[in-house]
Amino acid sequence: MYKIVSKRQLNPTVTELAVEAPFIARKARAGQFIIFRIDEFGERVPLTIADYDREKGTVSIIFQIVGKSTEMLASLEPGDFLLDFVGPLGKPTPVEGFKKVCVIGGGVGCAIAYPSAKALFEAGAEVDVIAGFRNKDIVILEDEFRKVSSHLYLTTDDGSYGEKGFVTDKLKSLIDAGNNYDLVIAIGPVIMMKFVSKVTEPYGIKTLVSLNPIMVDGTGMCGGCRVTVGGETKFACVDGPDFDGHKVDFDELMRRNTVYKAQEQKSPDHVCRIGLGGQKNG
Amino acid sequence: MANMSLRKVPMPEQDPDVRNKNFSEVSLGYTKEMAMEEATRCLNCKNKPCVAGCPVNVRIPEFITKVAAGELEEAYDIIKTTNCLPAVCGRVCPQETQCEERCVRAVKGESVAIGRLERFVADWHMEHSTKLPEKPAYNGHRVAVIGAGPSGLTCASDLALLGYKVTIFEAFHTAGGVLVYGIPEFRLPKALVQKEIDTLTALGVEVMTNMVIGKILSIDELFEDGYEAVFIGSGAGLPSFMKIEGESLVGVYSANEYLTRSNLMKAYDNRYDTPIRQSHSVAVVGGGNVAMDAARTAKRLGAENVYIVYRRSDAEMPARREEIHHAKEEGIIFKNLNNPVRIHGDANGQVLSMECVEMELGEPDASGRRRPIEKKGSNYTLDVDTVIIAIGTSPNPLIRNTTSGLDTNSHGCIVADDNMATSRPGVYAGGDAVTGAATVILAMGAGKKAAESIDLYIKSQTDSGRHRDRHDRGEHRDRDGRDRRS
Repeated sequence: MYKIVSKRQLNPTVTELAVEAPFIARKARAGQFIIFRIDEFGERVPLTIADYDREKGTVSIIFQIVGKSTEMLASLEPGDFLLDFVGPLGKPTPVEGFKKVCVIGGGVGCAIAYPSAKALFEAGAEVDVIAGFRNKDIVILEDEFRKVSSHLYLTTDDGSYGEKGFVTDKLKSLIDAGNNYDLVIAIGPVIMMKFVSKVTEPYGIKTLVSLNPIMVDGTGMCGGCRVTVGGETKFACVDGPDFDGHKVDFDELMRRNTVYKAQEQKSPDHVCRIGLGGQKNG
Repeated sequence: MANMSLRKVPMPEQDPDVRNKNFSEVSLGYTKEMAMEEATRCLNCKNKPCVAGCPVNVRIPEFITKVAAGELEEAYDIIKTTNCLPAVCGRVCPQETQCEERCVRAVKGESVAIGRLERFVADWHMEHSTKLPEKPAYNGHRVAVIGAGPSGLTCASDLALLGYKVTIFEAFHTAGGVLVYGIPEFRLPKALVQKEIDTLTALGVEVMTNMVIGKILSIDELFEDGYEAVFIGSGAGLPSFMKIEGESLVGVYSANEYLTRSNLMKAYDNRYDTPIRQSHSVAVVGGGNVAMDAARTAKRLGAENVYIVYRRSDAEMPARREEIHHAKEEGIIFKNLNNPVRIHGDANGQVLSMECVEMELGEPDASGRRRPIEKKGSNYTLDVDTVIIAIGTSPNPLIRNTTSGLDTNSHGCIVADDNMATSRPGVYAGGDAVTGAATVILAMGAGKKAAESIDLYIKSQTDSGRHRDRHDRGEHRDRDGRDRRS
């Protein structure tokens, strides 16, 4: 059992939890992920590690409510327990040896971009962060990013905060303005990562994306998280989750991520356990 | 006078058309009367060929003699001296190629039903006995076991009986390895596996779940933490794919994923949240036990048509005859001498069909089996919405990638000698991590051998350590500093 020690609501649907997991906290590095299971009936759900405190022995996760498991997770309070919490899984993001890096986060992807920005910043790189959101109401981690970046550029789709526009527009203008990035890291919706990779490709800037396919075990056993990278099949859980954005087959990933969508939407028999009473859902 | 019936007492089973819609156990087990009757077929031979055929050398005629006399707890105690998982082995061991193959009764007629009797005794014990094993006195030494599958559980059990303090590190949230993620409930009820593991923890074995060794701790760190030896029983979890077109379409699974979703995550039970595809027609590629398990699971999950697509013929099929027989009874359609060529998908990337080609058998290949050769121009399309690839697995690279000085071969298997010793002193390995995908009982045999070797190794280290201590300090103590002169 893994105790939740603190909880912070970052926006109406995005929550941060710090979980007591001293073994994982000792080893965790930016870019790695954990898998949680709420209770005996729960799914195994992967989430990238947002932060860790080696001394306190805690690991933080930041997540958006996208379905039943994340909704249940968001309903937990400090003092509650998670049944399972396993990690650190996957390979860490490379952070050594870069001079100038642009880290791009899209929406809740900023939660995953943050530890990478922080690790790169601490490793001595100059870090520009572009954090993109749909609108002002869902902006997260602004103060945190400011502390670990040379420049923070906030964009919103509707212009309600920061600059109006997409992260790709901002990235292109920064590159064109003469910023010589030797690495771009993009983390967010698959479609955003795809287009960031398209922006950097003509400039030949190394671009890493952090992939989030469906997986079960997270140790290379199920192969459910296979992605095609440069024509080869890779398992995101053990070969990634970071891959060369110029080589990833993003369209295939988007298709594979929809595999259970229909089932999730049309499950009249699905009994919602969130309300304790057990209500029919849908 | 022995019962000279040429046939085994038949095993009661659920009707095929009933059981292919539920996940309850297929074989119902002997009654006490059936078991006692079958037990009288054993001739209690002097040279006991059956015992030599068992990888863990269960004292077969001895326990069967007790069954014939109705002394079931005594029978159980005899089995337990060499086998820590009898309820499991009685169900999933390929007895027909091991103990039963060597049974003298098999010369004329059927062998004694050793597996069924072992199962009966184990089940009887679980049902009737509340007695837990006594915890042996701690001998002052700690051993780490990586993986709570058949080899790790056996190694841990044997070491615990010798007084070692054993910690098992399991990557999943539940102990059991392939017994819980791979083998379906209808062949091996998970409650039984849990009971076997409870027996182990009663012996003082600690099971730590959610511990992915190689990630959360390295083998070097286990030694630093004071474990004096490490056994690696991490299995062969990495699924192979065919590298054909269309394998990344939505609806293509590895058998590992499909079975893990259903078995470990219980996707078949709607109280559980893990989803699994609702299929109409399923092609399972492969001819081993895993392929049979996947096909029979798909049928139970509601698929109307389930095909086994296997490139060789029935005679070469590696699955147990019993599994093939059960699968056929349940309505699985066998397309032997057929091989997938590519998988076709629709505009949304969903599986639409699988293109196959017919095969014929040529000259024997390196495996000794006749090599399958494509029949040119025989391609055809099988309409399926789900494809499950069950063509084998290889060892997971996590441990070999994070452990220096651990030799592995070109298949990624850890190299271990006859005593299960690896290239690193104090590190032993066994089961599928060493052999590649094999059987539960072979893994158990390896775990047993490794336990013996680890015991010898630690004793030799302690002896030389004691010599050193005596030399240095004129006294001898163990590593925890306790005086061992008493």
